[in-house]
Amino acid sequence: MTTLLEQEKIQQQFKERMNEDELLNCMRCGFCLPTCPTYIESGYKESHSPRGRIAMMKAVVDGIVEPDEDFERSLELCLGCRACEPVCPSGVNYGHLLEEARDIINQNKKHSLPVRAVRKTVFEGLFPHQNRMRTMVGLLGFYQRSGIQTLARKTGYLGLLPKNLATMEKVLPKVPTMKEMKNRPEHLPAIAEKVHKVAFFSGCLMDTMFLKTNDATMKLLQLAGCEIVIPKQQTCCGALHGHSGEKDVAKELAKKNIAAFEDLGADFIITNAGGCGAFLVDYDHLLKDDPIWSERALAFKEKIKDISEILVAVSFHKKVKLELPAQVITYQDSCHLRNVMKTASAPRTLLDSIKGVQYKEMKEADRCCGSAGIYNIVESEMSMVMLDYKMVQAKATHATTIVTANPGCLLQMQLGIEREGLSSKMRAVHIVDLLAEAVK
Amino acid sequence: MLSNEVKEKLITIVTKENFDDSKIERLVYSYDATPNYQSMPDAVVSPRNAEEVSEILKICNQYGVPIVPRGSGTNLCAGTCPTEGGVVLLFKHMNKILEIDEENLTITVQPGVITLDLINAIEEKGLFYPPDPSSMKISTIGGNINENSGGLRGLKYGVTRDYVIGLEAVLPNGDIIRTGGKLAKDVAGYDLTRLFVGSEGTLCVITEATLKLIPMPETRKTMLALYQDLSAAARSVSKIIANKIIPTTLEFLDQATLKVVEDYAQIGLPTDVQAVLLIEQDGPPEVVDRDIQKIAEVCKQENAVSIQIAATEEEAMALRTARRAALSAVARLKPTTILEDATVPRSEIANMVKAINEITEKYQLTICTFGHAGDGNLHPTCATDARDHEEMERVEKAFAEIFEKAIELGGTITGEHGVGAMKAPYLEWKLKKEGITAMKGIKQAFDPNNIMNPGKVFAKDSKKRVVITR
Repeated sequence: MTTLLEQEKIQQQFKERMNEDELLNCMRCGFCLPTCPTYIESGYKESHSPRGRIAMMKAVVDGIVEPDEDFERSLELCLGCRACEPVCPSGVNYGHLLEEARDIINQNKKHSLPVRAVRKTVFEGLFPHQNRMRTMVGLLGFYQRSGIQTLARKTGYLGLLPKNLATMEKVLPKVPTMKEMKNRPEHLPAIAEKVHKVAFFSGCLMDTMFLKTNDATMKLLQLAGCEIVIPKQQTCCGALHGHSGEKDVAKELAKKNIAAFEDLGADFIITNAGGCGAFLVDYDHLLKDDPIWSERALAFKEKIKDISEILVAVSFHKKVKLELPAQVITYQDSCHLRNVMKTASAPRTLLDSIKGVQYKEMKEADRCCGSAGIYNIVESEMSMVMLDYKMVQAKATHATTIVTANPGCLLQMQLGIEREGLSSKMRAVHIVDLLAEAVK
Repeated sequence: MLSNEVKEKLITIVTKENFDDSKIERLVYSYDATPNYQSMPDAVVSPRNAEEVSEILKICNQYGVPIVPRGSGTNLCAGTCPTEGGVVLLFKHMNKILEIDEENLTITVQPGVITLDLINAIEEKGLFYPPDPSSMKISTIGGNINENSGGLRGLKYGVTRDYVIGLEAVLPNGDIIRTGGKLAKDVAGYDLTRLFVGSEGTLCVITEATLKLIPMPETRKTMLALYQDLSAAARSVSKIIANKIIPTTLEFLDQATLKVVEDYAQIGLPTDVQAVLLIEQDGPPEVVDRDIQKIAEVCKQENAVSIQIAATEEEAMALRTARRAALSAVARLKPTTILEDATVPRSEIANMVKAINEITEKYQLTICTFGHAGDGNLHPTCATDARDHEEMERVEKAFAEIFEKAIELGGTITGEHGVGAMKAPYLEWKLKKEGITAMKGIKQAFDPNNIMNPGKVFAKDSKKRVVITR
């Protein structure tokens, strides 16, 4: 519930902080409508479309409507997939508008005590601290290995969780041990003839829960002729914060990362998670009000490259023999990798070059799977509608392997497979894991 | 505000979930794609069939509540902006393709079907529905019919009007009538089908349409002709047609447009030339080859600096898609884009282009010109800023002069976007007083209480004509 007083404060901040030029830049042509998953799934409700949401933000600024609960609800239901941006002929930066609006609402709204506690723990206490991330994931590992998991599953204790969370528990990867997580290298040589020096952005979740994927990424980079530095001072990218109305924390994280990477003499900064990469390339916008930092952010952003882009750029797929047992594979775009980092063809090029496999494009591979950060937990109902649609398209390709390029998407696709009861026939993998598997 | 009585009655008809009068829901149906028009409706109602539409209209007619039928809100004449409040009708439930009749070559649809979905469904069967407005990915067929939409293929194949052969419509008194049918010929009484097409929701609510289809052309080819001289490009247009070739598409884009479109689409459009003609021909391969060759010759005679033929269908598709984005891409220059669609006889296209440039110069504006040159239908689009009142005044004066010039050349104030609220004050310039009176008589006969999209087509006051001193 937002009180009237809160609404007034929110409205005032909208007037002060929302970028009026950007709002006016939307000329309401509606080209975004057919690409918006929530517009389609809500039964073509304009209030759940990008054009509608921008019109609402502008109306709040103009004082035509108050930021009431319907308004908040519409912004909450947005996945933030940003599929509306590449199709916008006017070039409206919808993502920036959404982030600012969410930040204003969140900063001026008193959350209930439990929500406040959870937000504080997660956003400030956990993600910015890699050691705590390790402990957290370590506990998960203890849960998985100690037999508690088996016990919990057998006793039906998990039945107490909402159904989706219970299913989600099943699809979490087997996590590495604390020791494995702590012993991370800081420097790795190129294995093939050296063509680039790169820095690796390891990510908070990727370097704990998905550690094996990070290992595979570095192996591929080495084989591709890259010398790798992995600065220890790096931290969480801040995407989760930025998308949830915690911009100030996100800014602090951004500064730490910029500082960690700027004097390494690396040609590129490589990421293997579309969600992180897209936030990193937006650092200059995040820090736009700070002239010194925004300039440093610009230099930082120009070096960001997704792993698949660099592999294609150095012709990895032509130099290294890639082969797998016969199977049909398909690819689910990471929305932020595609819509923000503009990486769409590189992963497909790589997959297409694996000998033995048949690559089949899924219909609407560019439509969000419903993972969207923590969306699948907080907006579970809509998320599952998206996922069910996605699984229909995935099944239609007869693929046994669904490839993704972001940890959230990967978990969501695994959840989809589990929900469909297909876990014996189908798997979801991160693209680097599949490529590492295919290296002969 | 609707009275509680009306509200209750409407809810009884469509059920609670298809009636919404919350502030946010009303807000998001307060606009369409026309800049500077916004007005809140009193409620948003989504009927599920013609019978419900009929019941709604009876109530609204009884209580004098305005009705605004709305597709996807992509029109450019403020045709679906509820300027007088009332009820916005949505067709999200009435969005089925009812039948594709391959013996009679027709398709029967409900109004909420998205234009491109319709096109895809019939193209699968080797059939062709030519009207392709730039918004076809978003627009509904109901919206196209109400606005009589055109598109890139109008030159050879005509516009929406030329394909609508039967309608089911609900009149303001609640009567459900059927016009035309799956008939190649039908002269039984007045041609209400043609009257309703393009009537902008001011006479009835269309609840079903039967459209004529034609066989898919065997092949098509797309080319670009590049010019360093605007008038040469415009002259080529008239000359191609004078050479007895009717291309499917004959589009004009000036340099300012090319730059913004390339900025968006990034497909390697030429931005170092003054103008480009995008030309397409379809038909049997030998005819297409012959025509394209002849067109190329004409363009070269008119000093085209280069002719480029699309090598693949993907390349051709990219060119068409880029052209369709032109209007919105202009918004990259400045936040407000005001566009017009003055239309002149094809033979006058060079004069019109010249006049637009002179007027742009005179009022010191940024105007990008593109459009369906082969139809004599140009879209001079002004990139401006609604917050700059002084400039907005100049924009208005400039467009008044463009209208005046178009009429002087034997043209019209709108070729395909419709009159709506935006061009209503200028309608008299084209029709004269007597023409308006005749049309008002028709309106009065169908809608005596003026509930159907009031404030559209007919303005309270006409604009004074400007006296041009040149």
